[in-house]
Amino acid sequence: MNEVKPPLVVIEHLYKSYRRGGQDLPVLEDISLTIGDGEFLALMGPSGSGKTTLLNLIAGLDRPNAGRLTVGGTDLTQLSEAQLAAWRARHVGFIFQFYQLIPVLTAFENVELPLLLTPLSRRERREHVELALELVGLSDRKAHYPGQLSGGQQQRVAIARALVTDPTLISADEPTGDLDRDSANEILDLMCRLNTDFGKTIILVTHDPEAASRAPRLIRLIKGQLIRDERNDARSCHLAAPEPGAPENPPPAGPGP
Amino acid sequence: MFKLSWRNSLRHPLRSGLTISGMAVAVLAFCLLRTVVAAWYAGVTTASPVRLVVRNAVSLTFRLPMSYYARIQALPGIKRVTYGSWVGGTYIDEKNFFPQIAGHLPTYLAIYPEFVIASDEMSALLQDRRGCVAGRKLAERYGWRLGDLITITGTAYPGRYELVLRAIYRGDAPTVDEGRMYFHYDFLNETIKKRMPDMADMVGWFMVQVDSPELVGPVSEQIDAMFANSLAETKTESEAAFVLGMISMTEAIILAIRVVSWLVIGVILMVLSNTMAMSARERLGEYAVLKTLGFRPRHLAGVILGESLLLALMGGILGLVLTFPAVYLFKTSLSQYFRVFPLTNLTLALGMATSLAVGVLAALFPAWQASRVGIAEALRKVG
Ligand SMILES: Nc1ncnc2c1ncn2[C@@H]1O[C@H](COP(=O)(O)OP(=O)(O)OP(=O)(O)O)[C@@H](O)[C@H]1O
Ligand SMILES: [Mg+2]
Repeated sequence: MNEVKPPLVVIEHLYKSYRRGGQDLPVLEDISLTIGDGEFLALMGPSGSGKTTLLNLIAGLDRPNAGRLTVGGTDLTQLSEAQLAAWRARHVGFIFQFYQLIPVLTAFENVELPLLLTPLSRRERREHVELALELVGLSDRKAHYPGQLSGGQQQRVAIARALVTDPTLISADEPTGDLDRDSANEILDLMCRLNTDFGKTIILVTHDPEAASRAPRLIRLIKGQLIRDERNDARSCHLAAPEPGAPENPPPAGPGP
Repeated sequence: MFKLSWRNSLRHPLRSGLTISGMAVAVLAFCLLRTVVAAWYAGVTTASPVRLVVRNAVSLTFRLPMSYYARIQALPGIKRVTYGSWVGGTYIDEKNFFPQIAGHLPTYLAIYPEFVIASDEMSALLQDRRGCVAGRKLAERYGWRLGDLITITGTAYPGRYELVLRAIYRGDAPTVDEGRMYFHYDFLNETIKKRMPDMADMVGWFMVQVDSPELVGPVSEQIDAMFANSLAETKTESEAAFVLGMISMTEAIILAIRVVSWLVIGVILMVLSNTMAMSARERLGEYAVLKTLGFRPRHLAGVILGESLLLALMGGILGLVLTFPAVYLFKTSLSQYFRVFPLTNLTLALGMATSLAVGVLAALFPAWQASRVGIAEALRKVG
């Protein structure tokens, strides 16, 4: 970990609840957490524990009820709806479980979408899109529609879309949840490369222990509370089939890289 | 982003196809109904603001003595006076009905400058006592050529009138009726003098052309005052009022047609709104993704509006294109009833404008819905 860089994400005493049927339902309670720039962090926990909620807060898709939340020095709680949208477009890349590509657009056009919000010219956009598709190994599928691609390929298009704007943070909510082992490994390898080669900070929500074990840092959430924050020996995530049984070395749960 | 509107509109070919067809049929119906209404009112639109009709105060079926002619002409502010009678005859067969008017042709045709007649035909017509002039459409309908003998059997005035076609007139505007026939009143009067002397020297109406539109009122009053308390009192009104009076009975029907034409637009608005709402509901997840990527509600509204307008535009254009053959069909098959069937640019423009308005209206609700979709909630439903 690069100790010189300031942390990218700083969360202090974060609360989030949803109103349902007239009463407040707490989802996240008193979460404090920091994530360093360039970290690869896995977030695990039982269904309904608040993983997606936490990820959405960090990625600026939702707003907390209380607490401090700054990402890259920006206090997300102070931004207006429009400012938040612009901030997301600049700083966050999104990967979802069900790919969430627009079915009527080709792979190329899907990847181009986030660039339409930038002042880039058509030619510059094309260069960026082609580079992104090359990175995920889909240069030959540019003109294919999502329906003509396999799940793994669709997820690679989604990754290309997430990285085409060169964001600082990549939010991935169960990106391998719908894929077979091999496709999942491809996706995880790609994400590792984004982390190690391009220095992207990645937050990976997953139910798959094998996927989580690739991450140097693992956080467990249960019923809206952060119960464990553990680090691997590994300094960075590892490619391909993971060595089984990487020894656990649980430091006391706490913030700070 | 426009690409997205375009692709979305083709996403469900059947649904889009049906919506476009519905749109087209509605625009077609709208234009056709408006044209029917315009046909009814054609007489009014061509009515000149300086022409007055003097008729018997009792009713249109009562006549006036020809001797009024000179007395009307003597009044100040009057440019021309002419007179005519409705012949109500048939040609060969009873179903071949078209308006025939026996009038004082030299003045009658001068009062109707909208009837355009070649000068050589005009002089031939005026020189032949049995001569007649027919509108271009009427002549086309029966294949008449100049010099043809045309026999009219009278009903209002009994007898057979053997006429010679000496001239064909055309209208100087599409709203001018080209389905009438005019012949010399004197020729009619000769026969009447022999067969029913008490109906001789009586005319159906006088047409008066005043010097300027402001004189319509005062001159009307003067004429009616002059013949007050005489054997045949007169009622004088502007030509437009006269024509309107004739079609006032049908006013209710016309109103109904108008209402229906707008109802049709209302129906199509619902159809398109439904299509758009259905599509938008299916795509809430996609809209949420676009929002996630940083797109704003106005971008989404643009995509939705684009799709709605595309559908409306395609339907509207198709409807307008279909209107031309439909109007032509109406015109030819119903030429007895509607001698003028004017498809105006205004109708076409209105057809297009309403379809675009429908396109915009139909997009409002889905656009509002899409702009309100909460990202976290919508993604939760799909993912
Ligand atoms: N928009 C919402 N309205 C009401 N309740 C919500 C909403 N979003 C989440 N919740 C509730 O918050 C809790 C946490 O949800 P969250 O999606 O964060 O869990 P998760 O850990 O991602 O679960 P999973 O592993 O199933 O994805 C759940 O009990 C859920 O029902
Ligand atoms: Mg979740």
